[in-house]
Amino acid sequence: MADNLKVEELDQVVVRFSGDSGDGMQLAGNIFSTISATVGNGICTFPDYPADIRAPQGSLTGVSGFQVSIASDKAFTPGDKCDVLVAMNPAALKTQYKFCKPTSSIIIDVDSFKKADLEKAQFEATDAAGAIAEMGIKQDVIEVPVTSMVKDVLADSGMDPKAMLKCRNMLALGLVCYIFNRDLSIAEKFLRDKFSGKKAAIAENNIKVIHAGYDFGANTHASVSHTYNVVSKQTPAKKGRYMDINGNKATAYGLIAAAEKAGLRLYLGSYPITPATDVLHELSKHKSLGVTTVQCEDEIAGCASALGASFAGALGVTSTSGPGICLKSEAMNLAVIMELPLVVIDVQRGGPATGLPTKSEQTDLLQVLFGRNGETPMPVIAATSPADCFESAYAACKIALEHMTPVVFMSDAYIANGSEAFKLPNLAEYPAINIPYVPESMKGTWTPYMRDERDVRYWAVPGREGFAHILGGLEKDSKTGAISTNPENHDLMCRLRQSKIDKIPVPDVEVEGDKDNADLLIVGFGGTYGHLHAAMDEMRAAGKKVALAHFRYINPLPKNTAEVLKKYKKVVVAEQNLGQFAAFLRMKVDGFAPAQFNEVKGQPFVVSELVAAFNKLI
Amino acid sequence: MSEYTAKDYKKGQPRWCPGCGDHFFLASLHKAMAEIGVAPHDIAVISGIGCSSRLPHYMATYGMNTIHGRAAAIATGCKVSNPKLSVWQVSGDGDGLAIGGNHFIHANRRNIDLKMILLNNRIYGLTKGQYSPTSPRGFVSKSSPYGTVEDPFRPAELCFGARGHFFARAVATDAEGTVNVLKAAHAHKGAAVCEILQNCVIFNDGTHEAVYTKEGRAKNAIYLKHGEKMLFGENNEFGLMQDGFNVKVVKLGENGITEKDILVHDAHCEDNTLQLKLAMMDYPVALGVIRDVEAPTYDDAVNAQIEEVKAAKKYHNFAELLETNDTWEVK
Repeated sequence: MADNLKVEELDQVVVRFSGDSGDGMQLAGNIFSTISATVGNGICTFPDYPADIRAPQGSLTGVSGFQVSIASDKAFTPGDKCDVLVAMNPAALKTQYKFCKPTSSIIIDVDSFKKADLEKAQFEATDAAGAIAEMGIKQDVIEVPVTSMVKDVLADSGMDPKAMLKCRNMLALGLVCYIFNRDLSIAEKFLRDKFSGKKAAIAENNIKVIHAGYDFGANTHASVSHTYNVVSKQTPAKKGRYMDINGNKATAYGLIAAAEKAGLRLYLGSYPITPATDVLHELSKHKSLGVTTVQCEDEIAGCASALGASFAGALGVTSTSGPGICLKSEAMNLAVIMELPLVVIDVQRGGPATGLPTKSEQTDLLQVLFGRNGETPMPVIAATSPADCFESAYAACKIALEHMTPVVFMSDAYIANGSEAFKLPNLAEYPAINIPYVPESMKGTWTPYMRDERDVRYWAVPGREGFAHILGGLEKDSKTGAISTNPENHDLMCRLRQSKIDKIPVPDVEVEGDKDNADLLIVGFGGTYGHLHAAMDEMRAAGKKVALAHFRYINPLPKNTAEVLKKYKKVVVAEQNLGQFAAFLRMKVDGFAPAQFNEVKGQPFVVSELVAAFNKLI
Repeated sequence: MSEYTAKDYKKGQPRWCPGCGDHFFLASLHKAMAEIGVAPHDIAVISGIGCSSRLPHYMATYGMNTIHGRAAAIATGCKVSNPKLSVWQVSGDGDGLAIGGNHFIHANRRNIDLKMILLNNRIYGLTKGQYSPTSPRGFVSKSSPYGTVEDPFRPAELCFGARGHFFARAVATDAEGTVNVLKAAHAHKGAAVCEILQNCVIFNDGTHEAVYTKEGRAKNAIYLKHGEKMLFGENNEFGLMQDGFNVKVVKLGENGITEKDILVHDAHCEDNTLQLKLAMMDYPVALGVIRDVEAPTYDDAVNAQIEEVKAAKKYHNFAELLETNDTWEVK
């Protein structure tokens, strides 16, 4: 590290890597976040993929971004804007510049700012300086000859030119590591683990390039005015082993963990749909754990087959996004009346219809709560962060199995693709999953809709002698289990199915921040937790009295909901829809009349906008 | 010998209309199951919605009377996750081929070990008399007062088009024929479609009139048996011969035709061309096992792959799965 340079200590910095889809920006970003996490920083990442699979190289629609926020303590969001933007080509500069602050540093590969490259990105300028002027960029731009340096470094490697160019991302990464005083040995280990055995040469070549990028920073003080350091604030609670995890992978892990804890086969019936498909991909890999995945003919069959698997004694799960929920609703409904366990994963995206497939919203809430015919109460759990997808998926399975009911687990494109540090869980410490199998002693007297004190019916899995029975979509007599159209019986069964859900114990909602004297209570649910928390932190740092009540359990709501919502003078419900959670809370809590903050842009909240809106309410 | 009798599979009092083909079929199913001898608690009978889908209520096995059209999909999850179960899926022509058509073809394509019963009365009975996807063109019903203007599915054609490996047909009133077909379906490992021809006495009586009585079948049906000459008629006086790319009906003794000219049925032939020709005949109506070809089943393959991967991979529980990731330690 150059000792005559100013090293600025920061609590949080945000780096955005951007380039063509094939430029390896996601990998560079991942390595950078892993290095930072390893030294104890909080990390939060967000990949921003183009909607096109392979847009033309260098075009404006083909730009892929990866934003990583590193913080001395917990990083709640990937950051509204970045401190450093890496733009590997003109298209990246043009489309990603909007994420820069006035103080940002911008790193470009000057070798890719030739006339032809600029034309592809619809610049009139013919060189880098011209492009910068054309865009009116006032920030520091570090012009790095990335491509030519990579070619020089790898000249003796025996690699073909095309393969060499794939290492450009590592040069940029090396320079970023220099700017943020990151230890390259961690990157080296990461690459050697990733490319081992026959691929070891790839790791070594990439490591050479990273060092070249780092040395470029160290040797050209003129272009880098100062470097930064984000020191980790150690707390005992943070001690432990971690991995980087995104929400979809954490969801898959939660399902696997719950099935193992319950001693059941995990069955996933699914159909590919963005942004939920990675749950199917992840689970499909783990056949050595006995996980069964069936890619069905349609969304309907995904859900129906999962319910069939549950009938046969497995933990049936189906995964989808909003449009798939529309199709699955009839089998979800069947699960309600058959009272079988089923977990429905809804990774929300922008709607209606095909909507914004790769973008994030919270617009499915009322659909999963109410989008079925008849009285069909269903527990709903909304994960609050990438790592929380693990906890929430586990909780969803536990409720489904212990209370014999379908459960909806909600996440969204933002937390599904975003990642954060995940402390390796010890399954032995997780609560047991106690399945209400029908006891052998009931043989001869048991009927399918007998219930325990929680109004939960017993589970008799096919194969057990003496418990053969029929379930189905027609209303059944509460005592005999035979088909019944008796009015009193139907009324009773509707109430019993409701009461069973109402009796599910869920933890109280926690109030964070100025819980005793807040002038404003922020209320949210699901994947917006990080942004709402960051907004609260910023307001409190400015001297405001603010609290946050963020809901993971939507149905049933925590017992203390009304008490919390009525305790504060001013309450704002902030959500990425036009007011669905606020409407639900108004329905459930008499006289509740909150202010609302609603946005349906398909993008994560912007903390500064939240703060500005919330400040107006105080 | 099976330790069970038909009574062991019987439950409740069917509520179908008097004379409905479903009654006949149910009795044959009870009888067939007793002869097959799988314990009632190891059987799951799964239906969709419709008159015939009430059937699981009258079985002393595990069962589900689910939602319209989805029985095959639900049965798929059931069989794949619990391969020990003998899974029977029961649908009518509306349930199985209209709203459930997609699941029908994919269950056949995947070759899931399901016994797929298709009770074909060419009408929607429970909704009181609309045309179904197997009603003939021009069929007059409540929803087609001027006759339909669409062609029907022929279930065998759909099954074969979906790469189905087993197709059999019986008439509901023909107990022996039905029991034989059901036993053959059970013996076949894989998706086994049994088309059961039945009249709806209220809305479509007589639709299968030509073969509904013993006398009618003697004249108008042919019982196919693998490895036997395809002869039919009251005195076996007719037979089937190949005629170019077609199959034709011939009379023995006419034009010098003798029994040795008659085709021998091959249900095990992998190429389904001639089997399809047999299944598509209007006269005589082919009954019995038309196609019965062995092939790997999906449920076996899924579970075999799990075992292979278990043997190849080094992680077998959640804790070991975590260790497959890059991790770091915060001290």
